[in-house]
Amino acid sequence: MGLEEYKGVYIYAQQVDNEISSIAFELIGKAKELAADLNTDVTAVLLGSNVKGLVDELAEYGADKVIVVDDPELETYRTEPYAHALASVINEYKPEIMLVGATAIGRDLGPTVSARVATGLTADCTVLEIGDFPLNPVAGQEQKHNQLLMTRPAFGGNTIATIACPDNRPQMATVRPGVMQKLPKEAGRKAEVIEYNPGFTPNNRYVEILNVVKAVGSVENIMDAKILVSGGRGVGSKENFEMIKELADVLGGMVSCSRAVVENGWLPVDYQVGQTGKTVRPNVYFAIGISGAIQHVAGMEESDLIIAINKDEDAPIFDVADYGIVGDLNKVVPALTAALKAELGK
Amino acid sequence: MKIVVCIKQVPDTKGGVKFNPDGTLDRAAMLAIMNPDDKAGLEAALRIKDEIGAEVTVLTMGLPKADDVLREALAMGADNAILVTDRVLGGADTWATSTTIAGALRNIDYDLIITGRQAIDGDTAQVGPQIAEHLGLPVISYAEDIKVDGNSVIVKRQYEDRYHEVKAQMPCLITALSELNEPRYMTPGGIFDAYDKEVTVWGRADLKDVDDSNLGLKGSPTKIAKASDKVRKGAGEKVTLDAAESVTYLMDKLKEKHVI
Repeated sequence: MGLEEYKGVYIYAQQVDNEISSIAFELIGKAKELAADLNTDVTAVLLGSNVKGLVDELAEYGADKVIVVDDPELETYRTEPYAHALASVINEYKPEIMLVGATAIGRDLGPTVSARVATGLTADCTVLEIGDFPLNPVAGQEQKHNQLLMTRPAFGGNTIATIACPDNRPQMATVRPGVMQKLPKEAGRKAEVIEYNPGFTPNNRYVEILNVVKAVGSVENIMDAKILVSGGRGVGSKENFEMIKELADVLGGMVSCSRAVVENGWLPVDYQVGQTGKTVRPNVYFAIGISGAIQHVAGMEESDLIIAINKDEDAPIFDVADYGIVGDLNKVVPALTAALKAELGK
Repeated sequence: MKIVVCIKQVPDTKGGVKFNPDGTLDRAAMLAIMNPDDKAGLEAALRIKDEIGAEVTVLTMGLPKADDVLREALAMGADNAILVTDRVLGGADTWATSTTIAGALRNIDYDLIITGRQAIDGDTAQVGPQIAEHLGLPVISYAEDIKVDGNSVIVKRQYEDRYHEVKAQMPCLITALSELNEPRYMTPGGIFDAYDKEVTVWGRADLKDVDDSNLGLKGSPTKIAKASDKVRKGAGEKVTLDAAESVTYLMDKLKEKHVI
């Protein structure tokens, strides 16, 4: 395989219900930096049915080219027609880097496509940069330049590893939502548009979608919150979460929680922060009655300011908190809410 | 029907994490459990067995001590167990791992393959879909409910804000979420029987249609450039005050940081 034939930084522009997911713009933002280092450009790959109208939005967020595969088979996400489309684009256009969001779609599409085009895939990356592999010269081994270095947490957040894919192309990564920064939207910016269709022939791998059931009501996304007031087992009951909600409301924030809260049925899983929940990085994170197990900390430690309230002075949450209150949350939280109401005139 | 459940022995991430000099994980030095998503997958298979009858085979790739999780699976009710172990398979990334497991599965009859969504050590969620790709099977990831319907399965496939009810022809591969069910405990009789049963042990030579260049550390497209323990930001201030003083303290800090 001639690795030098592979050029350009490509991102998978995820859309759901013909609306582009935020992760697509975040990937373009990071791809622009990588492309600048490699002296190349950024191509967004848009797959769907009747999606051509979404091209300009990708351009306005920085895509230089958009490859569109528009086909009725791609109306709703299914692994097979989507993997066929993306793998065909890779085989036809030969990108040097292919980035995919680490979403419930991307973490299915990415592995399938990487196996189909026989390359490596690094999951859930939080840092991407261009550099040398090996990082330092090693006697008897060629040091390759301009490699994609992909950094990711592993082991429940206990370790971080930096991974390269030196001998296969494209270099593929899935990237955690909410970590990379999107560029400011540049109204009227245009991209070169390439329409491509590899042809779709349904086979046994095309599953049948019987039903699409959306979550009832509008679930607010805790990943978008600037302020999160998060409660744990120590809150004690579903009823007591009202106190957490009141504090969140007065601050204009959202409620989130630890895994124990979900397991007790006090809040649905959409509100869970941590290794098996969501990764959040709000401006302020209140950890109330949360002991701070490593799995929880992995999902919130990048928050700008962490405030912990816990009655156990040895709780590990205090190891990551900027400000820690050792005390009874049942007394401190309502009093804090009242003080904030008075201060903010609410 | 025949179901194969792929399970993995994983270090309990609550314990300490250790590395070999080459940056790969020193799994031998850590406490080991059956990966939670895989255990839910096994439970799903055992429930199908209870309801409509099935032969359940568990398969793992790992060090010889991974025998422990196979015995646990037998004690829960699995019928057969296969351990794929060989020095040349060590240090594999998800590509090489899925290639290996696919090579083992080519020796077995199956209607349904179940894997966990992801393991708690790597957290990649890649091996299940990659096995399906190597075997040319339909894959349904992130399953929160599984029902067998004749020659098909009907699965609730979870997404962030919705689920799809999906029907796939068997044979197919499903990756299971730990939310799928509450796995059963081993029974005392089951534990006793588990140690009487044979665990089939396969090595490199038993893998079908697999090239050496796709196995182990050497056959892994992804290479570790560096690995290290996470450097955490240090603890900040911790105060023990009464409720009123705590509130004053927090209000001062929130003003100082321009939150209010």
